[in-house]
Amino acid sequence: MRETILLTQHMRSNPEDSHLIDSYEKNNGYVTAKKTLLNSSPEKILEEIKSSNIRGRGGAGFPTGVKWGFLAEDEDRYLVINADESEPGTFKDRILLERDPHQLIEGIIITCFSANIKKAFIYIRGEYAKPARRVQQAVEQAYQKGYLGNKIFGSDMDLDIVVHLGAGAYICGEETALLNSLEGRRGEPRLKPPYFPAVKGLYMKPTLVNNVETISSVPWIIENGGEEYNKLGVEGSTGTRIFSLSGHINKPGNYEIEMGGSFGEFVETLGGGIRNSKKVKAYIPGGASAPWFRGDQLDIKMTIDDVANNNSMLGSGAVVMMDEDTNLVSAAKSIVSFFAHESCGQCTPCREGTTWIEMILDRIASGRGRTSDINLLLDVCDNISPGLSWPPKMTTICPLGPSAVSPITSLMNDFREEVERLIPTKVLL
Amino acid sequence: MSWDKTLLKQAGEIIELYPQKRSALGPLLHLAQSKDGYISDDSISVISELLGITEVQVKSVSTFYSMYKQEPTGKYLISVCKSISCEINNSTEVIDKVQEFTGLNNNETDEDGLFSFEAVECIGACGGAPAMQVNYETVEGINAENVFSLCSWLKESAPEVIVADEMQENFGGIKSFDWAIQDNTGATSTAPGFQTLKTSKVKK
Repeated sequence: MRETILLTQHMRSNPEDSHLIDSYEKNNGYVTAKKTLLNSSPEKILEEIKSSNIRGRGGAGFPTGVKWGFLAEDEDRYLVINADESEPGTFKDRILLERDPHQLIEGIIITCFSANIKKAFIYIRGEYAKPARRVQQAVEQAYQKGYLGNKIFGSDMDLDIVVHLGAGAYICGEETALLNSLEGRRGEPRLKPPYFPAVKGLYMKPTLVNNVETISSVPWIIENGGEEYNKLGVEGSTGTRIFSLSGHINKPGNYEIEMGGSFGEFVETLGGGIRNSKKVKAYIPGGASAPWFRGDQLDIKMTIDDVANNNSMLGSGAVVMMDEDTNLVSAAKSIVSFFAHESCGQCTPCREGTTWIEMILDRIASGRGRTSDINLLLDVCDNISPGLSWPPKMTTICPLGPSAVSPITSLMNDFREEVERLIPTKVLL
Repeated sequence: MSWDKTLLKQAGEIIELYPQKRSALGPLLHLAQSKDGYISDDSISVISELLGITEVQVKSVSTFYSMYKQEPTGKYLISVCKSISCEINNSTEVIDKVQEFTGLNNNETDEDGLFSFEAVECIGACGGAPAMQVNYETVEGINAENVFSLCSWLKESAPEVIVADEMQENFGGIKSFDWAIQDNTGATSTAPGFQTLKTSKVKK
C-alpha cells in the first residue's frame, strides 16, 4: 500500500515553513480561492463538491454536498469548522491545523463563497493550544493580505473568521453540543428536532458544521474538479483520507491513503507491522466509539461501507492495534472510563449507565467480579442501546452513550472467555 | 470589578468578535484562568457583568468544562493521558511516576503551588503514546524515566514559558508525526497559551 498525497502535499514538500502564508502562496496557495471568487459561481462550486462524492471526515460520513444543499436561506448564515478532535486514537486534524492552516482557510473561503456565508468560526479543542496558535497566526496573515475581511481578492465577498478555543469536553465534537458551546452555554447536545444545524444551528440560524479534514480537501477538489476526486478511492469512499494509526505498532502516525485497501495491508506496509512481531488480538477500526475487530479480521477493506457491513464504523479514521498480550478488559475499561468522564449528564441511561459499566469492569479487572456481572453488564448496556445491535439504537439524545457500549459488545461477542476467566467461580467466605 | 484595565480591554476585544455577547463566555473564562490559575468568584462576577448574564449562568458553564479549574492550580499543570492508545502503552507507569515525584493524587495541587496533577482523557497524541501535557503544551513518547527528568527540570529551572518543542527535544521520544520547524511559543499559565485577542478583524 502506498500513500496518495493531496492534503498533506504542501506540508511534506515544505516542512520548514508550511504553516506560513509566504510558503503556502509560493506553492500556488490561495490561487484556487481567488479564481473561484472572481470567475466561478456558488452553484458551480456546490456541483463540484457533489460530484466529488466526498463524505464528512468527522466520523458520521455524511455526504458533504448533500449537507451543503440543505442550508436554508437566511440573511445570517454561519460556517463552523469542527476542530474539536477528541476521539481517542485520532490525531489527524491536529497535523492539518498545525502544519497547513492556510489550506483550511482557503477551504473556508471557497465554502463560504459557495454558501454565501460571511462569518466562520473555527472551534478548536482547548488542549490543542499549539495548533490553535498556528491557525490564529494564519488567520492574521490572511487578513493582512486582504484574503479575509472586506472585498476579498477584490470581489464583492466579505468574510470574517474567528478562532474559538474549547475547554476540554469531548461531547462538543457532537455538532449541536458544539453550537451550544460556541453560544457560551454548557456543551450539551440539543434535542432533535430541529434535525439539521443547516436549518437551525448557531443562534438558531442556518449553519454548516464541517470537519477540518473535509474543508481542507475543498481547495484540491475545486482546483482539480469533483470528477477527478471521485476517481480516487472506491465508490462510496472517494478521495483520500488521513488515517491515524496507533497502539502496538512499529510506525505509528498519520497516513494519507485512498480508501479501499485492507487493514492488514495498511498495518504491514505503512505501519511497519506489529511491535516485536506479535500477533494482533483485536483492533479498533475507527476511534474509541467503534466496535472492535478481531485479529483474524484484518482482511476487511478500509472503506466506510465495508466497515459498516462488518458491524463497526470507519468513524474518525483512527486505527488502534492491540497485540496478543493486551489485557482487553483493561482496554475496554479505559474506553468506558473515557465515555463516563465525557458524558454530559443530560440523559440518565448514559450518565448512570456509563458509570455503572465502569464500576463493574473495574470489579472484574481487579479479580472481584461476580458470576452475575456479565449479565448485569449486558443489561446496563441494553438500557443505553436496546438490542445491542449495530448501528446502535439509542435511549439517549446523542450517540455518546451507545459508544460506551461498543467495547462491551465487542468483548462479549468475541472475547467472552477472557472476561469469564477473570471472574472467580467460587467465593471463599 | 477587580480586573485591571488591560484585562478589561482584552475582554472587550474578545466580546466584539461575536454576533452575540454570550459567545465570549468561554474565551473570557480562559482569560480568568490565565489571570488567577482558576475561576475565582471575583472573575465570575466580572464576567457576568460584562456579558449581562447571571453569575449562576457563568458558574454553570465554568463547571461543565474540565479545563476551567474551580480551585487554584499550581504553576505547572501536569496532565498525563490515560485513554486507550496511551493505556495500552503503559501510561499507568508514567502516572505512577508523576504521582511519586509530586506526591499528588489525581486533581490535586501541592502546598507550594508548584505542581498540579491530573490523569486526563485523550489529548490527540496517540501516535506518540504515552503522552502528556504541561500547561497544555504536549510532550510525546514519554516513559517512567524521562517523565521523572522532566518533572525535575520543571522544579529546578522553573521556566516561565512552557514550550512544547523544548520539552519534546529534551525529554520526549516517539512523536505522532514530524513536528517540523522548531517553535518557541508556549504557555505562561495554566490556561492554554493561545492569545485570544487579535483573532479576527485585524483593522485595515
